[in-house]
Amino acid sequence: MNEMTPPKEERSAALKGLGCSRKRVEDARFTQGKGNYVDDIKMPGMLFGDFVRSPYAHARVKSINADKAKALPGVIAVLTAADLAPLNLHWMPTLAGDKQMVLADGKVLFQGQEVAFVVATDRYVAADAVELVEVEYEELPVIVDPFKALAKDATVLREDLEGNMEGAHGPRRHHNHIFTWEQGDKEATEKVLGSAEVVAEEMVFYHRTHPCPIETCGCVASMDKVNGKLTVWGTFQAPHAVRTVASLISGIAEHNIRIISPDIGGGFGNKVGVYPGYICAIVASIVTGVPVKWVEDRMENLMATAFARDYWMKGKIAATKDGRITGLWCHTTADHGAFDACADPSKFPAGFMNICTGSYDIPTAYLAVDGVYTNKAPGGVAYRCSFRVTEAAYFIERMIEVLAIELGMDAAELRAKNFIRKEQFPYQSALGWEYDSGDYHTAWDKALKAVGYEDLRKEQAQRIADFKAGKTRKLLGIGLTHFTEIVGAGPVKNCDILGLGMFDSCEIRIHPTGSAIARLGTISQGQGHATTFAQILASEIGIPADDITLEEGDTDTAPYGLGTYGSRSTPVAGAATAMAGRKIRAKAQMIAAYLLEVHDGDVEWEVDRFVVKGAPERFKTMKEIAFAAYNQAIPGIEPGLEAVSYYDPPNMTYPFGAYICVMEIDVDTGEHEIRQFYALDDCGTRINPMIIEGQVHGGATEGYAIAMGQEIAYDEIGNVKTGTLMDFFLPTAWETPHYITDHTVTPSPHHPIGAKGVGESPNVGSVPAFSNAVHDAFRAFGLRQAHMPHDHWRIWKIANDLGLHG
Amino acid sequence: MGKMHIKLTVNGKEEELLAEPRELLIHVLREELGITGPHIGCETSHCGACTVDMNGKSVKSCTVFAAQANGAEITTIEGLGNPDGLHVLQEMFKEHHGLQCGFCTPGMITRAYRFLQENPDPTEEEVRFGMSGNLCRCTGYQNIVKAILAAAAEMNAAKEAAQ
Ligand code: FES
Ligand code: FES
Repeated sequence: MNEMTPPKEERSAALKGLGCSRKRVEDARFTQGKGNYVDDIKMPGMLFGDFVRSPYAHARVKSINADKAKALPGVIAVLTAADLAPLNLHWMPTLAGDKQMVLADGKVLFQGQEVAFVVATDRYVAADAVELVEVEYEELPVIVDPFKALAKDATVLREDLEGNMEGAHGPRRHHNHIFTWEQGDKEATEKVLGSAEVVAEEMVFYHRTHPCPIETCGCVASMDKVNGKLTVWGTFQAPHAVRTVASLISGIAEHNIRIISPDIGGGFGNKVGVYPGYICAIVASIVTGVPVKWVEDRMENLMATAFARDYWMKGKIAATKDGRITGLWCHTTADHGAFDACADPSKFPAGFMNICTGSYDIPTAYLAVDGVYTNKAPGGVAYRCSFRVTEAAYFIERMIEVLAIELGMDAAELRAKNFIRKEQFPYQSALGWEYDSGDYHTAWDKALKAVGYEDLRKEQAQRIADFKAGKTRKLLGIGLTHFTEIVGAGPVKNCDILGLGMFDSCEIRIHPTGSAIARLGTISQGQGHATTFAQILASEIGIPADDITLEEGDTDTAPYGLGTYGSRSTPVAGAATAMAGRKIRAKAQMIAAYLLEVHDGDVEWEVDRFVVKGAPERFKTMKEIAFAAYNQAIPGIEPGLEAVSYYDPPNMTYPFGAYICVMEIDVDTGEHEIRQFYALDDCGTRINPMIIEGQVHGGATEGYAIAMGQEIAYDEIGNVKTGTLMDFFLPTAWETPHYITDHTVTPSPHHPIGAKGVGESPNVGSVPAFSNAVHDAFRAFGLRQAHMPHDHWRIWKIANDLGLHG
Repeated sequence: MGKMHIKLTVNGKEEELLAEPRELLIHVLREELGITGPHIGCETSHCGACTVDMNGKSVKSCTVFAAQANGAEITTIEGLGNPDGLHVLQEMFKEHHGLQCGFCTPGMITRAYRFLQENPDPTEEEVRFGMSGNLCRCTGYQNIVKAILAAAAEMNAAKEAAQ
């Protein structure tokens, strides 16, 4: 070795590659208030758009009179469906194969629905004008209950679909029915249930909630009539898909549309969909010829942009007397609201709900999901989860608990008894997935040991005795969860959105002086892509992460990709990044061999250089190779050092984890206290432990909110009861528990670097952990199932219903 | 609507402008003065993204009329540090991964800046309570709390060293 060359380990550490808790490069801007979010964009002559929204959940729109609004100084235009109809933009396609009104076309179907779009010189004038638009409504009967929506004589909600009994996902069996989706073997499952020693049955409801990122949705649309180019900055989790959709529905050629996602203030699924505000801002800019900004306020965000969950999951689980699970049956009634605006891959109208066999080796299973229209806001997005995985995990983790009660068995033991064993991977599930890798028993044992499970159970038994003896009014709940996720959508053969395959991409350019720029088809909303993807590359190409710029979100420069949601960035774009890096390395190897005057096969890669085999003093660093790529004519090799990779994943990845929540519950007030929350995640290869830990804290806090108080609630006439942050629970630092994080590492065998993705695991895993803790506290008193959210009043009610208030 | 003549000092710079009586301070800062560090997350004084320091107190600038700020001294995130010399809190938020999407961060740090003057040596519990007017959807607060405690320790050490 050259005397000047630092040892391998030192060079490797200097790269800040895989496994390094590298500090985030994004933070310098953000901590100084120099982020650039959509509402920060200001352009000369820019106008503001604002919506007139329906106060009713179901009504006919008899007339709209905008004369007074238009007369207000500063008002430029008021758009209604009648103005959009000639452009065929009064309706728009949803990502789920349905269509949605952009502006009310004859009727409104949910409270807060967009009725007219006011365009004015500033936001105050726009708000004044909204008040001046006169809309005459005729109220219609409202349906907020999906079961009632399917009654024979139920009011027809979607008149536009009347008589059309063939939906985007097969036949519709009722005028308010959207689809039926079936997976697994119905007959075999029913047979198992019919002959089982034990069957536990329960209705598990996962209530409607909302991703509610702290930044709401919005955009600035700018039509440049001189060059015919439309530029839209917006809160888009999938900028390329937005460009394609915008082109298809507007008729503007795709090369004349540029979509830019600037910094995004959190997404969590809320910013995947296409909203009427985007269309209206674009049309308004085309009409006026100046930029138009639309940014919704918090109430609009909670009332009208995509909600999540709202699944009624009826389950039956069969087992032998000693606790071996033999079958699982699930029928879900899915409330999609007024339009089916889910953001699932096309062939999966209920997302990946068929991961609902969870971490367990269940030989026979059947799942059916019925999608239903109601007079509620449209959506059904994946709120920090991969397409209904959260619902599936909650369902199975509740069913396990219910079965444990039925069997009189310890719920931890029941889980361990039924886990898919390490040697069973790759594991074919009864509902059609091939789990890539896992070691559930190891994770489970580690988790139980870490919290001192046996002692906790002893303490709980003592507590129950004390409670019964009148010595305490507090109960102790131990909430267990072992979840399996399915992320990284996905293989193009079965995953597409509107026909666009769900691959992702990375393009790398190495500069002559040995630094680099990489561009991706994804877009960060706080996940720290600029930091972590540079780390993946650093390890692949031996250029320090600090010397790699990472860009995303501009469709004019980034390669095509399907964006960031469903924890797909690491499994898909992360893989594309590694593969593009490997292409760079392959070319670099040829250049190095030429420079060292040996055959390609005679050099080998070592951290940041190619070394002649057996002659470690002879090498070329990546930096030297980069320079040579641009300044030497190398026979048979093109100049330059660039690569692009489009990665079509061969399979999904299956992260998993074991979460345990220890909760104290005050029987008389319904208040709770989280005494301990332990989260063990196995997300395969860990790229940046600091960022993983941060994701777990954040996701678990969302889960805490969902389980313990957060909901989108309606009254029976369709009024949203939780339209502000006063009523919609977002925990503060004060309530939020402290988390203990832990991990095991089971790499994905098919991912280039073995990474699985982690962003959503903590939401998926923590909701059942919190909820199970509440249930567990009352198990000894006969509680089987109580619906979330477990706010103080509902917990008090559980105690009251169980007769614990004397 | 008639406009009012308003004078205020923002990050040490005197500003004069005309604003409608109903205009909110956050809109004046962001749209008239181009100070886009403070953000809007709710406009109902729940989220704290719009937090600025006004006459030595943390205020939610979405719930203050610009007219009420007439004559006031205002500090926003932009006034706490600069690229050559970050405020300790800015450094500690970076160091301890106290931010993800960054949207709540300016309000969070601006509140923490005032909080540490109100309580220079807080316990974790006091930090959690003192920061409870600022919501974050990304971090689960744990690293924010860590960053603030670390900043307090650093500031106290610096004070001691100076004595
Ligand atoms: S925007 Fe002011 S508190 Fe939320
Ligand atoms: S970092 Fe995203 S809201 Fe706090």
